[in-house]
Amino acid sequence: MTTAPAIMATGLRKSYGDNVVLDGVDLEVAEGTIFSLLGPNGAGKTTMVQILSTLIGADGGEVRVAGHDLAREPDAVRAAIGVTGQYSAVDRLLTGEENLLLMADLHHLRRAEGRRRAAELLERFDLTDAAGKTAATYSGGMQRRLDLAMTLVGDPRIIYLDEPTTGLDPRSRRTMWQIIRDLVAGGVTIFLTTQYLEEADELADRIALLDHGRFIAEGTADELKRRIPGGHIRLRFADADALRSATHVLGEVSTDEEGLALRVPSDGGVRSIRTLLARLDDQSIEVEEMSVHTPDLDDVFLTLTGQPEKEPVR
Amino acid sequence: MSALTLSARDSATMLRRSLRHMLRYPSMTLMIAGMPVVFLLIFVYVFGGTMGNGLGGAAGGRHAYVNYVTPGIILMTIAGAATATAVSVAMDMTEGIVARFRTMAISRASVLTGHVVGSVIQNLLSMALVVAVALAIGFRPTASPMEWLAAAGLLTLLVLALTWLSVGLGLVSKTVESASNAPMPLMLLPFLGSGFVPTDSMPAGLRWFAEYQPFTPVINALRGLLLGSPIGNDGIVAVAWCVGIALVGYLWSKKLFNRDPSR
Repeated sequence: MTTAPAIMATGLRKSYGDNVVLDGVDLEVAEGTIFSLLGPNGAGKTTMVQILSTLIGADGGEVRVAGHDLAREPDAVRAAIGVTGQYSAVDRLLTGEENLLLMADLHHLRRAEGRRRAAELLERFDLTDAAGKTAATYSGGMQRRLDLAMTLVGDPRIIYLDEPTTGLDPRSRRTMWQIIRDLVAGGVTIFLTTQYLEEADELADRIALLDHGRFIAEGTADELKRRIPGGHIRLRFADADALRSATHVLGEVSTDEEGLALRVPSDGGVRSIRTLLARLDDQSIEVEEMSVHTPDLDDVFLTLTGQPEKEPVR
Repeated sequence: MSALTLSARDSATMLRRSLRHMLRYPSMTLMIAGMPVVFLLIFVYVFGGTMGNGLGGAAGGRHAYVNYVTPGIILMTIAGAATATAVSVAMDMTEGIVARFRTMAISRASVLTGHVVGSVIQNLLSMALVVAVALAIGFRPTASPMEWLAAAGLLTLLVLALTWLSVGLGLVSKTVESASNAPMPLMLLPFLGSGFVPTDSMPAGLRWFAEYQPFTPVINALRGLLLGSPIGNDGIVAVAWCVGIALVGYLWSKKLFNRDPSR
C-alpha cells in the first residue's frame, strides 16, 4: 500500500465559454476511502468527474490519479479507474451478460476467465435471472447495478460514481450503499457525487461542498456539521396570525409562510425548549406542532450554499 | 502484446458488438438491401423497355437495360448503406456506453473501426443480395473470375471510403436526424452520373458534373469489368477517388472522435 493519495488535484479549472464551471479546485482523496462531492445542480460535479476520469480535458491545474499525471499518461490513469455515470453506460441493445463479456474482452481477460467473472458479477448484483435479456428491458435500478458490475469487471482501484442512486427507489438505494461499502472494505477508493446529503452522511469519509465552481467547505460530516450553528426547533401554527405573533415575540427566526412554521435556533436542550414555549404561552400563542432538529448535512448545505440558484443553462 | 495486437483485438471486440447489434435488429440491414432491390425492379420493369431502346446499342429493350442499370443500382446500395452508418454512429455517440469506452484503457480508434468493419460487412451482404436479384431478372455479366474479383475489390474499396466518410458525418451531426440527412446527396450521385442513363444524353452543365463526379468512373469501371465495355483510365480514376475519400474520411473521423465529447 502506498501512502500517496489516490486522487490529487490542484488549481483545477474548466469553463465552457463564459460559464466558469470549475474555478481553481484543490482536492485530495486518500486511498481506500470514500470522498463525496456535494453540490446543487449545475455546481460542476459531473464536469469534475468527467475531468478526473479523462473523459474531457481541464483548462488548467494539475491532476494525479493513482500516481499518474492525468494529462500526460491518460491511459495509465484509465487502467486504474472505473466510472459509473449518471446516465447508464450500458449497451442497451446487448443482454446483461453480453455487456459484461464485452467489458471482459476489452480488459483482455481470457475467455474462460471473462465468463467466470461475468457469472460472478451477475450473481453478486442479483442479475442472474435477467442475464439473457437486453439491457433496454431493465428497470432503472437494474441498469444501474449492471452499470456498476461492468465497471467492476476490470477490478479498478479507483471508482467514480456520479450520482449512482439518483432516481432509484429507497430499497435499490440501500442495496447500492451496501455494494459501495463492500467495495471500500476491499480497498477500493470511491469518488462519489450525490445530491442526497443523507447518502454522503452514511457513506463518506470526507465530504466537499462544491458551489459555483469552488469548494466552499470540506471535511468529515461531523466537522461540517460543527461549522454551522447548532440545531433548531420547528414550530408549526394553526394560522397566519399566530405565526405572525410568534415571529414578533421570538424575534430572530426564519419563517416558512406557506408551511405556517418557523425555525428557532436551539441546542435542543429541555430547558431551552421549555423557555421557548413559555414565551409563546405568555402571549397565548397556540403551537400546533413542535419538532426538534439536530443539525444534519441539509442544514450545512443550505447554510453554506445560500439560496438555491437557478441551474445555469449550458 | 504489442500496441498493434491490442488495437486489433479491441477492434475485433467492437466489431462483434456491431454485428450483434445488426443481428438483433435486422430491420436496418433489410432496409439497406430492400430499397435498391425495389429500385432495380422499378427501373427494369417500369422504365426498362423504353430506357433500353435509348441506349443506342444493337439489342436494346429491357434486356439491355438490366445490364446497363445494375452497376448503378449497386452504387445506390452503397450510398444507402452510408446513411445507415451515419445514423448508427450518431446514435451510438448519444449512448453512455461510448463515454465508458473513452474512459477505458482501450484503443480509441477501435470504437470507430468496429463500426466501419461492421458496416462494410453489412454493405457487402446487401450488395450480394442485390446482385443475386439482378442475376435472377436477367443481368448477364460476361466477367471472368479475375474480373469478378477486381470488381469486388473496387466495390469494397468504395464501401470503405464512403463508410469512413459517413462515420465522420455521423460524428459531426448534433442529432440523429441530421445524421440521417447528411449522406442524402450521396443517394443522388448515381442519378447525376452514368448510373441510369449515358452521360452524353445530358445537357452540357449537368453532363460536365456527371462526368467528373466520383461515382461515374466507378460505375464505368464496373461495367467494363462485368460486361466487357472499354474501361480506359476510368479504373485508375475510380481507385484514386476511393483512396482519396477513404483517407479524408478516416482522418476527419479520427479528429472528430478525439475531440472532447460535448454532452
